[in-house]
Amino acid sequence: MTLYADVQVSRGSFDLALDLTVEPGEVVALLGPNGAGKTTALRAIAGLLAVDRGRIALDDTVWDEPPRTFRTPDRRPIGVVFQDYLLFNHLSCLENVAFGLRARGVEKQTARLEASRWLETVGLSEYARTRPRALSGGQAQRVALARALATDPELLLLDEPLAALDAGTTLHVRAELGQHLNRFEGHTLLVTHDPLDAMVLADRLVIIENGQVVQEGKPTEVAHRPRTDYVAQLVGLNLYRGDASGTAVRLPEGGTITLAEPATGPVHVAFPPTAVSLYVQPPSGSPRNTWPAVVTGIEQHAHTVRVRLDASPAGPADLLADITPAAVADLHLTPGQPLHTTLKATEVHTYPV
Amino acid sequence: MSRRGRSTSGRLPLVLLLPALLGLAFLLVPLVGLLIKAPWSTLPERLFSADVWQALRLSLVCATAATALCLLLGVPLAWLLARGGLPGRSVIRAFVTVPLVLPPVVGGVALLLVLGRRGLVGQHLDTWFGISLPFTPAGVVVAEAFVAMPFLVISVEGALRAADPRYEEAAATLGAGRWLTFRRVTLPSIAPGVVAGTVLCWARALGEFGATITFAGNFPGRTTTMPLAVYLALETDPDVAVVLSLVLLLVSVVVLASLRERWIGGLR
Repeated sequence: MTLYADVQVSRGSFDLALDLTVEPGEVVALLGPNGAGKTTALRAIAGLLAVDRGRIALDDTVWDEPPRTFRTPDRRPIGVVFQDYLLFNHLSCLENVAFGLRARGVEKQTARLEASRWLETVGLSEYARTRPRALSGGQAQRVALARALATDPELLLLDEPLAALDAGTTLHVRAELGQHLNRFEGHTLLVTHDPLDAMVLADRLVIIENGQVVQEGKPTEVAHRPRTDYVAQLVGLNLYRGDASGTAVRLPEGGTITLAEPATGPVHVAFPPTAVSLYVQPPSGSPRNTWPAVVTGIEQHAHTVRVRLDASPAGPADLLADITPAAVADLHLTPGQPLHTTLKATEVHTYPV
Repeated sequence: MSRRGRSTSGRLPLVLLLPALLGLAFLLVPLVGLLIKAPWSTLPERLFSADVWQALRLSLVCATAATALCLLLGVPLAWLLARGGLPGRSVIRAFVTVPLVLPPVVGGVALLLVLGRRGLVGQHLDTWFGISLPFTPAGVVVAEAFVAMPFLVISVEGALRAADPRYEEAAATLGAGRWLTFRRVTLPSIAPGVVAGTVLCWARALGEFGATITFAGNFPGRTTTMPLAVYLALETDPDVAVVLSLVLLLVSVVVLASLRERWIGGLR
């Protein structure tokens, strides 16, 4: 089954026109700045808002097609994790998770049993009787996820699921959310303004700006081939998948990246283009990642210049570096020019796949 | 707090302080007078007389029944005003609050014209069902409910408008229809507002005089509630009037205290 969403909503001078599909098991991230229309799109797909034009359907089942068809949210097989979770504070965590099952007619004992199984899955069994108010942000997010998944929805909608967390817990919660999403067999649509969330959690990115799709593709594709300045700034990340053992990550197409912290197994490796430095002479000193590279492209941005490099076979075959226009002049950068690149291991982030 | 007030604003201006204290005295002195003039020596015997007991019981039963009626009709009405998305909602809200400012006697006359034996609706109630409301305990309930319902509606509507409707959206995405959402999500979240409104409504019904005496008359044992009994006693036996007043004062204070501690404080 495939989710087809052709969402067209007009609000005053703002027009949202979004066309997207989500395949089963796929995680699609809707990425864009605040006010781009991401949440409006999510609300329309959830049925909290009727589209003005367009069509939303799961295979042959039409959810919304003006002027004839509109299914209210309670008649769509969905689960939603809201930005601030919206857990019912007058109910315990267990009752929160059981709410959807009860609402869909599941008998009370069965619902509670299923709910406690979900609380166990997200690792919060001991909080079954706790009121949501007493939970930490990360715990509340996990209860919200359990509540959304408990009804076994066809479509899981996540609205900025990590935005309400403090920086310290985000890393951990993001990795855990990724594991749950991997296990989920239905369709997932993730709305976020955080490129890292989108890169790490999604199989495919749909980037919108002012209500329009500006780019769409796999995270690495979008990161390496940003089509607009906005996308380049937004997702200007070096992102790779590789196999970690100890402090070394081996990339599938050859090349190795050295980490500051040891890791094991398949991982995402991410670092900003600003963490990459360029030298004409082989540098000496502390950087652990030093690769010879060839310039393959130069792009002018507002205040920086983005240099595209090929650092294979020692490093990544497609590497981005941000440098100042003055440095471009100092280095006399031209395409095809051989250079030396360094990357500080401390600037490299890894996430389990 | 007081230290900060002293350092930044200096002494309280006399122009404000004097009328403020006068106002306070104006509100408190009559109540103190009631306590001073009370016939304390004969109080127990008067308090447990059949007349007082009868009036008190009738008052409590009618006020409670009127409050139940208000809850049954008023909570849905408040929901309609807050969430219904009706056109001309502010006009409807203004009509709902009319009984708040209307002299209760006028309300009683209006009820007589509509629900009286020859009234617009009353004549049909009489011929079809043999029901006649005026000058019966049921009439007391109707009169009290008419006057007290706006208190409940306004309180509940305020709570509903302050409640975050996104919780209702969350319930909808979990598969809950509007009725289930109302029962399991909306109502629990506005419970403090409903309780506060109920207490206010009940207190207003308990003290209702004008509409009751106009629509239900003054028949001891059937329609003579406490306020009516106070008025009646004032002409025959003023001491009884004072005792009855004391009972009403006590009930009011208890209501106010419970409201403050449990709900008004809890809302913050």
